[in-house]
Order: sequence, then structure tokens, then C-alpha cells
Amino acid sequence: MNRFLQRWTVFGGIVACWQLFAWLGDNPFFPPPSQILTAAWEWWVLEPSNVTDHILPSVGRLLTGWLVAAGIGISLGLLLGRSDTAMQYAGPLLTFLRSIPPPALVPVFLLLFKTGTSMQLATIVFGVLWPILLNSVDGARSVDVTKLDTSLVFQIPRAQWVLGVVLPAASPKIFAGLRVSLSLSLVLMVISELVGTDSGIGSQLMVAQREFDYTRMWAGIVLLGAIGYGLNTALLAVERRALAWQPRSLDDQHA
Amino acid sequence: MTNMLEVADLGHTYGEHQAIAGLSFNVGAGELVCVVGPSGCGKSTLLRTISGLITPSHGSVDLNGDHLAVVFQDYSRSLFPWLSVQGNVEFPLRRTTKRAERRRRAAEALEWVGLTDAAKKNPWQLSGGMQQRVAIARALAYQPSLLLMDEPFASVDAQTRFELEDLLLKVRRELGATVLVVTHDIDEAVYLGDRILVLSGSPARLVADLKVDLPAVRDQVTTRTDEKFVTLRSRVARLLNVGKPTVDIAKWAAAERESLAEEALADR
Repeated sequence: MNRFLQRWTVFGGIVACWQLFAWLGDNPFFPPPSQILTAAWEWWVLEPSNVTDHILPSVGRLLTGWLVAAGIGISLGLLLGRSDTAMQYAGPLLTFLRSIPPPALVPVFLLLFKTGTSMQLATIVFGVLWPILLNSVDGARSVDVTKLDTSLVFQIPRAQWVLGVVLPAASPKIFAGLRVSLSLSLVLMVISELVGTDSGIGSQLMVAQREFDYTRMWAGIVLLGAIGYGLNTALLAVERRALAWQPRSLDDQHA
Repeated sequence: MTNMLEVADLGHTYGEHQAIAGLSFNVGAGELVCVVGPSGCGKSTLLRTISGLITPSHGSVDLNGDHLAVVFQDYSRSLFPWLSVQGNVEFPLRRTTKRAERRRRAAEALEWVGLTDAAKKNPWQLSGGMQQRVAIARALAYQPSLLLMDEPFASVDAQTRFELEDLLLKVRRELGATVLVVTHDIDEAVYLGDRILVLSGSPARLVADLKVDLPAVRDQVTTRTDEKFVTLRSRVARLLNVGKPTVDIAKWAAAERESLAEEALADR
């Protein structure tokens, strides 16, 4: 209970302050949180068509893009990480590509894919690939020589070496990349929905802003925050399970 | 006696540096042979050429059988922290052995090294000595034609070291395993070995191939005070001091100066 209070006091305090100042200020651009929450509840939860037309497609694209990027990033990363030659050739290209701000490619993807799901997926995949890829490369490189020697001596087959040694050894770094990428997916999902579409949470933000319905606009923002928070919590739970083998602290190492 | 390992005129150079030169020796089935030499003399290179991790630039290594196992000095890096103790022992068997048989062999090997109760734990939850036992169990479960050990007990404390030495002697007596131990510790070589190969400083050459005339069943207290043990140990020690006189003279001179200084202090 104490920890719970500790975690949420600052959050609750800020919301309370906002509530107070919104009442006092009475500014139409900044409605009080109570109104925003009511609007969010009515608009996003009680309206089934909004769930099916906007929330589900948005989250679906976000997750699909993130998973595709994870698939490409992890497999390519492990491959590059175990080959110095490949990394020497591909290194400068990777550094250049990841330096491009992904939103800058939205116009390009619009030309290539027209508007719609494939353009949005392309934006997400291209944007979130790099943290996963580079972390996987790093992780694969971190496999120490003794583990390599051990695997060679015991004639461990290639597939077992990659899946049974390199992948688990790299997994702490991979998860770090996956976490960064998940937050980035949310950002790029919204950006990719701001232009040329009327489906998705991002597009609804624009609609609300154009109709001067600022409460609904804020409601969309709160929804995005909640989705981001939920996804991150879920990923952390998966990570804790997957990395449960890691030594937790020096104290219980010799328990 | 059939030979499990035949090394003929083995040599290896890294660029300009010659690590080992003209090494020839055999290891018979069921023998425990210790290779002892000064630090940095090329013992690791020898072990890596025998285990196939590097291709020697000269000579040949013939193993009677198709697989060997290695117990490395650095047990904490050699074991896989994401697998349980049992998972580690089973890991090299996955290629060749069905699940039930793997289980059985892992359980058996863990019993040999006295770790049956730790099967479900993670390696990092065990002490250093116990981790090295896991590595030994993994090597034994693999049923290798030759068990190679690279300074296997150099990273554990003295007490644990004695325990592990006795454990090794016990399991290899019971299993009749062929073992080659690389070490820089003369006492350990004499205590463990049926034979001792003494190497010179770099490049490593074979200086002597000594038979250890001690009973098969040994004991940390009585064996180490046995006259044969003491004689052989001094003999190996003397052999190891040959080959790099410059270093020894410098060290000897320094030690001499130190003792002179101490005497001078004591006289006052």
C-alpha cells in the first residue's frame, strides 16, 4: 500500500493541480481532467463503433508493425552480430539509415503505397527496426569466447548454437531494444494516421481538433497514454518471465 | 594398451611467435596424463590444437573416437546461465540422444559428482566449486573418448581444489575415462597423474615424460607426504627451472639481495 502511494502521489497531485487551474482559468483549450475522462469514457469506451473502427485498427497496426520489425531486427541482428565481415560491410549503411527521422519517410511511403494500412505499416516498421536491430547486433556480439569454445568442442549444431546460445545470451539487450521500439511504434502509429486517412486514433485527434472539440482531442491523447502504458506493462511482464534466469543480485548468488 | 590420443611432431606459430614446437606423445586408454609447464609456455595452445579449436601449423593430432569434451578453467563462462544445472548437462546431448535417455544420463552424471539435489537450480546459485562439478558432469555425460581439462581447479579455493581433485580421481577410476589435464601446478600434476609431461618455456617443447609410481587410490594427506611424491615433485620442479635461465638468474639474484638485506636487519 505504501509503495502504491509512493508510485502514484506525484501523478495524482499533478492531475489535481490541473483540475484546479482548469476550473479557475476556464480556458476552452485546457478542459479539466474530469471532463476529459468523462469524454474519453463516453467516446472511446461506450461507443462500440469507435472501438472497432479506430482503436482496434490502430493497435493492430502498431503491434503488427512492431512484431514485423522485431522478426526482421532480431534475425538480421543475430546474423550481423556473429559476423565481423558482414558488420564491416553493413555498418555505415545501418548508421546512415537509422539516422533518417522516420516521419521524413512518410511522404515517400505515401507515394509508394498510397494511403492506408501498408503505408502506415511501412512507416512503423522502418522507424522501430533500428533499436531492435542494433541491440540484437550488440547482444549477439556479447557472447563470450568460452561459450563459443564450449559449443565448438561439444559440436553443437548450428541451429542449436543460434537458438540455444546466441539468442538467450543476447536476450537482455534484445528486450532493451524491444522496449524502446514499442514506445516508438506508438509515436509512429499516430504520425502515420495524421495524414490521408479517416481510420485510427491519430485521425480522430485531427478530426476533433478541426471541429474545435478540444475535450475530445484531449480524450484521444489520454487514450494514447493509457495504451502506451498498458503495452509497456505487458512487455515488462513478458520480459521478467523470459529473463527470469538472470542472476538477480550479488546477495543471493551464493544462497 | 590402445592409444586414445596420438600427437605427432605438433607445432604452432602465431605470426612470428612460436608457441609450441615438435611435440610428440601418446595418451593410452584409461590413462590420466598431466601436462605441466611454466605459465605462458603454450599449454593453452596445445589444448586448443588437441580440442580442434585451432588448426596446428605443423604436425598432427589423432583422436581415437569422434568426440572429446573439455572442462575449462572459467566455469562461470563455460556454463549457460539461462539453463538449469540439468539443462546444462543435457545441452551437448541434444544432437545425438533422445529426451528420456538424456534425462537418465544427466541424472547419472550429476550423481557421480554429488549434485543430484542441485539439478533444478541455476548455475549461478551454486558456489564456484559446485559450478565446476557441473562442468565435469556435463563432460562425463557426453561420454567422450578423451576428457581434456584446462587448469580445471585454478579458480577455486584450496579446500575445494582438494575435493575436486579427489572427485576427479574417483570418477575416472570408476568410469575408466581417459583424461588429459593441463596445469601449471606441479603438486596437482603429481597428485593426479599416471604420467606427467613436462614442457619447457615458450616455445613449448617436451622436456620429460615421467611415470608416476604412486598407487591408484590416493589420499590428500598420506600421498602428499609419500617419499615418492616428494621426490617426483622436486624432480619436476627442477626440470621446470631449466630452459629459461635468464629469468631465473634475475629472480634468484633479487631473492638473494632480499635475504641479505633481511640478515643485515636481523644482525642489528
